[in-house]
Amino acid sequence: MKNNQSCLNIVSAFKNKEASPTESVKNYLAEIDAQRELNAFNFVFSEAALHSAEAVERKIEKGTAGKLAGLVVAIKDVLSIEGKPLTCSSKILENFIPLYTATAVQKLIDEDAIIIGKTNCDEFAMGSSNENSAFGSVLNPVDHTRAPGGSSGGSAVAVAASLCDFSIGTDTGGSIRQPAAFCGVYGLKPTYSLVSRFGLTAFASSFDSIGPFGKYIDDVALALEVLAGHDPKDSTSFMSQPADYVNDLSARGEKLVIGIPDEYFSSGLQPEIKTEIEDVVSRLANAGYEIRCIKLPHTDYAIAAYYILTTAEASSNLARYDGVRFGYRGQDSRTVADMYKNTRSEGFGTEVKRRIMLGTYVLSSGYYDAYYKKAQKVRRLIKQDFEKAFGEVDIIITPTSPTTAFKLGEKTTDPLEMYLSDIFTISTNLAGIPGLNIPIGSDNQGLPIGMQLLASHFCESKLLQLGKFIEKNIL
Amino acid sequence: MTVKYEAVIGLEVHAQLQTNTKIFCSCSTKFAAEPNTNVCPICLGHPGVLPKLNEKVVEFAIKMGLATNCSIREYSVSARKNYFYPDMPKGYQISQYDKPICENGYLIVHPKNGKEKKIRITRIHIEEDAGKSIHDQGDHTLIDINRSGVPLIEIVTEPDIETAEEAGLYLAKIKQIVQYLEICDGNMEEGSLRCDANISIRPVGEQKLGTRSEIKNMNSFRNVERAINYEIKRQQELLEDGGKVVQETLLWDADANQAHPMRGKEEAHDYRYFPEPDLVPIVVLDEMILEIRKQLPELPEAIKNRFILQFNLPEYDADTLTQSKDVALYFESVAKLVRDPKLASNWVMVEVLRILNEKKCKLLDFSVKPTDLAELIGLIEHNIISGKIAREVFAIMIEDNKKPGQIVREQNLTQITDEGMLKDLISSLIQKFPGEVQQYRDGKDKVFGFFVGQVMKESKGKANPRAVNNLLKDLLK
Ligand SMILES: [Zn+2]
Repeated sequence: MKNNQSCLNIVSAFKNKEASPTESVKNYLAEIDAQRELNAFNFVFSEAALHSAEAVERKIEKGTAGKLAGLVVAIKDVLSIEGKPLTCSSKILENFIPLYTATAVQKLIDEDAIIIGKTNCDEFAMGSSNENSAFGSVLNPVDHTRAPGGSSGGSAVAVAASLCDFSIGTDTGGSIRQPAAFCGVYGLKPTYSLVSRFGLTAFASSFDSIGPFGKYIDDVALALEVLAGHDPKDSTSFMSQPADYVNDLSARGEKLVIGIPDEYFSSGLQPEIKTEIEDVVSRLANAGYEIRCIKLPHTDYAIAAYYILTTAEASSNLARYDGVRFGYRGQDSRTVADMYKNTRSEGFGTEVKRRIMLGTYVLSSGYYDAYYKKAQKVRRLIKQDFEKAFGEVDIIITPTSPTTAFKLGEKTTDPLEMYLSDIFTISTNLAGIPGLNIPIGSDNQGLPIGMQLLASHFCESKLLQLGKFIEKNIL
Repeated sequence: MTVKYEAVIGLEVHAQLQTNTKIFCSCSTKFAAEPNTNVCPICLGHPGVLPKLNEKVVEFAIKMGLATNCSIREYSVSARKNYFYPDMPKGYQISQYDKPICENGYLIVHPKNGKEKKIRITRIHIEEDAGKSIHDQGDHTLIDINRSGVPLIEIVTEPDIETAEEAGLYLAKIKQIVQYLEICDGNMEEGSLRCDANISIRPVGEQKLGTRSEIKNMNSFRNVERAINYEIKRQQELLEDGGKVVQETLLWDADANQAHPMRGKEEAHDYRYFPEPDLVPIVVLDEMILEIRKQLPELPEAIKNRFILQFNLPEYDADTLTQSKDVALYFESVAKLVRDPKLASNWVMVEVLRILNEKKCKLLDFSVKPTDLAELIGLIEHNIISGKIAREVFAIMIEDNKKPGQIVREQNLTQITDEGMLKDLISSLIQKFPGEVQQYRDGKDKVFGFFVGQVMKESKGKANPRAVNNLLKDLLK
């Protein structure tokens, strides 16, 4: 059975005894097994999931079950779950079992979601194709010769291939939205700080966001409602009470003003993506939405600033993997320096090492001002671009990715080419604003096309409302 | 031609803060616990953990800033100092860099030459301590993470210090202040107070600074002064021999009385500081500073001046008594209960401090409480016992934990002031020592002392000295 119900419907079916969580878990386990070649999961927790299902059933019986009662969830393998392996798809964390559970995951568990497994991803979330993984590439379920996008490729595929009800990914420069676009599902990167990062293995701390993938906009709203909120363990997490995202969906607010930035519809964009988005936009105009052209003039500098700042933070965040206390330790080392060298040379993959080198370089004395400081300035300018734009419009519409899913192996030899596939998503992370991928159609090879909605800080409700309108009335 | 050199010295002092929990997690800071028992995923640097700043640390740093005349930054920023070391779990230390919490302070010290010296404090910042590497366990190095994440403040001076003496005085003052503020126990031997020195020399009159070296690992006050003198001499001899000072880090070896260079590799650090993205800036509002200023205890300088005024003490006494807060409080309690504060000062400075020193005992654990000592001093003031007997009583108080009055009663130590009794005693001595009496009458004044001694001996020390004096003068005439 392929479950094509929205999460809200599934939860009410469980509560009305029209279906059972145990049955659902068994179905998903069978499906995961049947589609093993997709390589979406690093670890599947069959027994634990069945146990959880039984526990949830007892809670449903007693009427004490939470908002996500019985929903089957897959978690990107960069989030910590007590007693379960945490690898970040890296050899350097082989055999590492964390002692605590990430706040975001705990919130899902507290609402009675069932964790079915941990999904494959690019090593330490660094990549755009899920090809940088110690567990091997993940395949795009639409076309097995193509990349699912990255870095949260496994989580996107788990939803697209119906291996779970919804999944959790992380987004540092597009790692939720781009794979959502490649696989044809909804993917939301919330405002930076809306979801606690405690328990998320850091790639670039001032960029990393945790967010959901879903088949329907409602699923994404429901998941966000549970994930969002202040966490005393994360000093950078947002202090105020988050919005009531599910209820807000059905609220019919005033007509939003939509902005279209020139800079995002440049020559590098695959023509069919442009056509599809223009089609959606014109239908929105017909539906009474005001469409305005806007400028985001510093867009060109985003990639450079992004790769300087994120690699700088990463070079420091990844220093703890030194073989001293946990994880992989390099063999046959005679001195401590040798041990560091062997551990990190053998334990990290090529892309991770490249970024550590780059980050170390840009922070080095004599280069700090020219790179890190200047990139911080660019970051402020990009933020100001968006602030100015959101003074005029409520939502910005852009493509999510310049192309649909590319072939596996197509870009692995050219890192710059690979970096460019995030060109439309990284500004969002530099500015810290929320972004949503909506699957709006497919190209002439049948590959999914994604459209990105952006809103101002903490305006997720607006994103979800417009997303809902598009899902219901435009597509 | 001989060139005269002067030294230019700056100090970096690390003080371990006495908070109950670590700076970024809720682990205990208890010293000397079993290795790796005060640890959690946060101070172990496990993947995904985030630091959560202990607000007490901010409060303590502000206290130190206010006590050292610093200005407190409204926004201060945490920064990562990146370097690899096995006992540093994250591969970086969370510290502060270009925006420290306290800046631009100073302290004044009084060297023996009589000229008061102002030593400017560049900055005080907060940071976390590293763990410990234990190297003496066979082939392996063992790591203890207990200390990792214990809060520190680093207090950095301008290069205003010119001599080892000034450095020592400055350090003593820092120790005194942290102890008065109760933010650090100031124990250099246990490493809760650590000091590094930057030293260079230049010909007197020269404006340009010479090349400096840094000396670490000076784990006592004595070592700080010795190491600085050693290094000034080394640099001077080097220059006099036509050599050049190299910028390097030296480790003080107290046993050898020498400093050895650290290996080049270990010091070639580029710390790649950048703002810590896991923490928000530390915001200190004026109200908070006001509140902390209100709670600030009376500082040693102020207490010293008050003792001079209130108790009419000599400066030397006031200075000695305020070296440590415990002693100052103890003295003040005693002084308030007796007629003569100077007598209380003598007793605390001489007898109490001697016993504490001998017994390696802290004042808090000292069995003779201020009220007991005041009672003893009262007995002297009321001529019930002499100072000499009082010292004996004091010794018994410490041994037997008894009150002075009780001891005097039980051992019948009350002074003899009865003139009749004393006259009888003296008359019998005059008969016993006719030769000595003749000597005195012939003008040998020294013999007077002999008679005082005899009276004391016969009376078992209980004769009132003043009465004995007067009577002897009369009767020997
Ligand atoms: Zn801890």
